[in-house]
This record gives sequence, structure tokens and C-alpha cells, in this order.
Amino acid sequence: MTFFLSQDVTLGTKLLEVIYIIMGLITFYTGIKNVLDKENPSRLGTGVFWCTLGIVLAFGRWIPSAVNGVLIILMTVPAILRKVKIGKIESLTEEYTDKKYRDIGMKIFIPALSIGVFAILFAIFLPDLGAIVGVGAGIAVSIIILMFLSRENRPAVFLRDSERLLSTVGPLSMLPMLLASLGAVFTEAGVGDVIAGLVGGFIPKGNVNVGIVVFAIGMAVFTMIMGNAFAAITVMTVGIGAPFVLNYGADPAAIGMLALTCGFCGTLCTPMAANFNVVPVAMLDMKDRFGVIKCQLVPAALIFIFHIFYMILLK
Amino acid sequence: MELIKLSGILIVIIGFALKLDAILIILIAAIVTALVGNLGVIGLLETLGTSFIANRNMAIFILIMLVTGTLERNGLKPAAASLIGKIRNASAGAVIGAYGIMRGIFAAFNVSFGGVAGFVRPIVMPMAAGAIEARGKEPHEEHVEWLKGMASGMENIAWFFCQVLFVGGSGALLVQSTLETLGYKTSLIDLAKVEIPVGIFAIVTGTVYYFLKDRKLYRKYYGDKK
Repeated sequence: MTFFLSQDVTLGTKLLEVIYIIMGLITFYTGIKNVLDKENPSRLGTGVFWCTLGIVLAFGRWIPSAVNGVLIILMTVPAILRKVKIGKIESLTEEYTDKKYRDIGMKIFIPALSIGVFAILFAIFLPDLGAIVGVGAGIAVSIIILMFLSRENRPAVFLRDSERLLSTVGPLSMLPMLLASLGAVFTEAGVGDVIAGLVGGFIPKGNVNVGIVVFAIGMAVFTMIMGNAFAAITVMTVGIGAPFVLNYGADPAAIGMLALTCGFCGTLCTPMAANFNVVPVAMLDMKDRFGVIKCQLVPAALIFIFHIFYMILLK
Repeated sequence: MELIKLSGILIVIIGFALKLDAILIILIAAIVTALVGNLGVIGLLETLGTSFIANRNMAIFILIMLVTGTLERNGLKPAAASLIGKIRNASAGAVIGAYGIMRGIFAAFNVSFGGVAGFVRPIVMPMAAGAIEARGKEPHEEHVEWLKGMASGMENIAWFFCQVLFVGGSGALLVQSTLETLGYKTSLIDLAKVEIPVGIFAIVTGTVYYFLKDRKLYRKYYGDKK
């Protein structure tokens, strides 16, 4: 409580912490709901995963770092053992959503778009609070509009619907956060310095343009091999981006971010990104296993070339 | 041997390439890197804990889910279907392009309609086939096969390069945190801004390419006449 009353903590930080507590409670609820759910085939594992995550999200600020580290490893155990499962899920019927559409109509786009709009507004006009608090405000507005549009949207409905989605996306939704932590471990252990020393033999030092091209191609190729641009960006930024491009004064926001979308160009070209390129083949009953990738090669190449010129221009 | 510090990276690359469990790969890579990098057990736990807490903003999607599911419940998908249904007298390629533009604009606000399973299959593909029938032609099997590929491609292109325009999306948050551990401070709005030309270029490239490709296929399968 002293944290929220303290004069030294900015309002933005306090609001952010409120958001994390709400997020943590939603996650904790997901865990408890599944522990009590007799239809869940793995109640204990599912409960451990979501409850631990909920505690770290909500109260991690006040827990010692090493204890948080233990909790995170504990959280990954049921995920790795594939013991995090989906329980009873209430499925939405098409009749119901169609009926709601006839009642609400195109007005549904107002709450849908409000989150993004508020994120932008806060980021531009209230930078002290920041975009994430803006997302939170947008969600609050969106909830109020939805409750206004239909009496059936009671608070419990929002909670149940978020539990349904969270359970459906499952532990893999934690991948970006875990990758970011892995990146921190890499940096802490000095992995970047080693790569820099190694690659320094091939890339002439101080030639930022060559560095950019290597970074961009590296991102695309590594993403093709790994099938995941999020995994590639941590490794490549530490190893190539920082020592060979950013070190020489290139704009970190531009180069760092565009490298990610260079990786997405790689995603379009690889069967390793099964979710995007292989699963649709099955879902659309296509005969050619590479039917989706074949349609993506030309646009991917064009967008990639655009990236190279754009990055060199912006650096 | 300094090179041994790279074993974590090797584990990530090989692990993902072999499609092993993603969370397991990350955990092993973190443990191995911490041990060979002399962080020790406590160092690993502290780094893991500190960075996870610092990156809690990446879990913002959990809060967003508070409305996503309820939006779905209240007819977001039929509304999107009727929005795209407004286009008339379009070729199959133009239908796919129109879907790409709509998907891209909404992706910038982090709004989805269900992807290939939820939207392309039940709504975009029947519209594309309907566009061929509206010109008095029986849809050719090979043409439809290409259209499926193009519609999935449009879905991926629009989603990949326009979701990065959402301020607070997980991609930008991951980039921001990676840069921060390296000592570079960036703001989410700058990270989104830099992607605006990319988003526009990607949508234009996708729509024009698929429109032209469809026109070529149309001539091939149904003859020159309109």
C-alpha cells in the first residue's frame, strides 16, 4: 500500500501496477476455474501454471527477484510436460452471434477499435502515462460501451470470455515474455560480445550499411530456419544488430523494429512457420502442401527489398 | 574458450528447427547460457525474475482478452462479414484484395476476425467463388486452388505487417525490451511509427500482386472474354 501512496512513484507507474494486478487476477482466476473444473483432464498442472503466472504478474514487484525466477521455472514445468489443458469451454453458437449482430450491428466496431485509439492517444498526448496505460483505458471504455450496447454483457461475462480465450491460447502465449528473458540472460552472460568478436572478421567495422544488410538477411534466414521471428530477433539483435549497426549510432527504434518485420518476410517463406503456412493448407483442403508459400514468395521478396532500402535510408 | 558461451544460441536454433517444445528450448538455453557464462544458479534466477517482471507489459494481451471474447460474442464477425459483403461486381482477386485492406486496417487496432479458419474459409472463399460465378463461369478447380493460396497469403501479409502498427503489440514490446537490455531506450509510439510505410507497402504489394495474378489466371482458365 505504501507504494500506491508514495509521492516518489509516478502516476503512470502506479496505474501500470494496477493493470498488472488486474491481469494477474484474471490469470489467477483462470487457474482456479480449471482446478475446480471436473471436465479438465489435467486440473493440477493447469492450475499450477495459471496460478503461478497470476501471482508473478500481480505481485512480482514485491517479491524478491530470485523467488520470481523460481516461480517462473515452476510455471514452465507443467507447460513442458504438456499438463496445461483446456477445461469446459462454452462455445458460441452462430445463431447467438448473428442475433447479437442484428441487435447491435456495425456499432460493434466502436468498442473494437477503442483500445487501439486510446493506446495512440495516450502515447501521443499523455506520454507520462504511456501506451500500455492507454490500452488499459481503452479496454475500460470498450467494456463500458459493450455493457451499454447489451444488457447481457455483465461483468461475469467478460471474465468468463477472457478465461475461455486465455485457456485456448495456452502456455505458448508466454513465448514472447520468455524469449525476452532469455535475451536478458544472453546479454548478462556476454553472448553479444562473443558474436561481435566472431562476426567482426566478416563485416568491416564501421560500415553501417553492410551491417544493416547482414542484420536484415540474418533475420530473414534465421526466421526461416527457426520458424519464429520472435525467437530470431532476440538472438540477432544481441549478436548482429547491436554490435554492427546500433553501435555506430544508427537509430535503434528504426533498425531494431524493422529487423523484426524483415524476419516476418522470412516467416512468409518457410514451412517451419506451420501455423501460418501449413495449417491453412489443411483448413482450406488444398492439394499442394506449399500452395500458400508459393503465393507468398514474390510479395515477401518485394517487401524485404523495401526493408533494406528503407533501413539504409532511416539509419 | 569464449565460443562455449554461444551454446545457448545453438540450442535455440536447433531446438526450434527440430520443432521441440518451445518453452523447454528456452529454459534449457537459459540454464546452459547461465552456467557457461558464470552467472551461477542465483544469477540465473535473479536475471530471469528481474527481466520477467520488467517485461510484464508483454502480457497486456491478457487484459485485452477481457473484451476480445465478448466482442466476438456480440457479433463482431458477422459485422465484418457484412462490411466486406458490400463490395459488388469485383473479381475474385479484388475480393481478396479488399479483404487484405480491411484486415490490415483492423490489425493496426489489434482487432481480428478469426483468421483462415474463422473468416477466410467461411466468408472470403465463398465470396471469391461467387465472384467467378457472377460472371457466368463455373469456378475452375485449379483457379480455386490458387485463390485459396492467395487468400491465405493476403491474410498473413496483412496481419504480419499491420499488427506492428498497434501501439502496445507484442512484437514492438519484445523489440523494446531486447533493445533496453542492450542499453537503448525506445518508445512504443516510435516503434509503431517506423512501421507505417512498411504496412502500407505490404498491403499495396499484396493486393496489386494478387489482383494481377488472379486476372492472369482468369484469362488462362476461362479464355480472354470478360
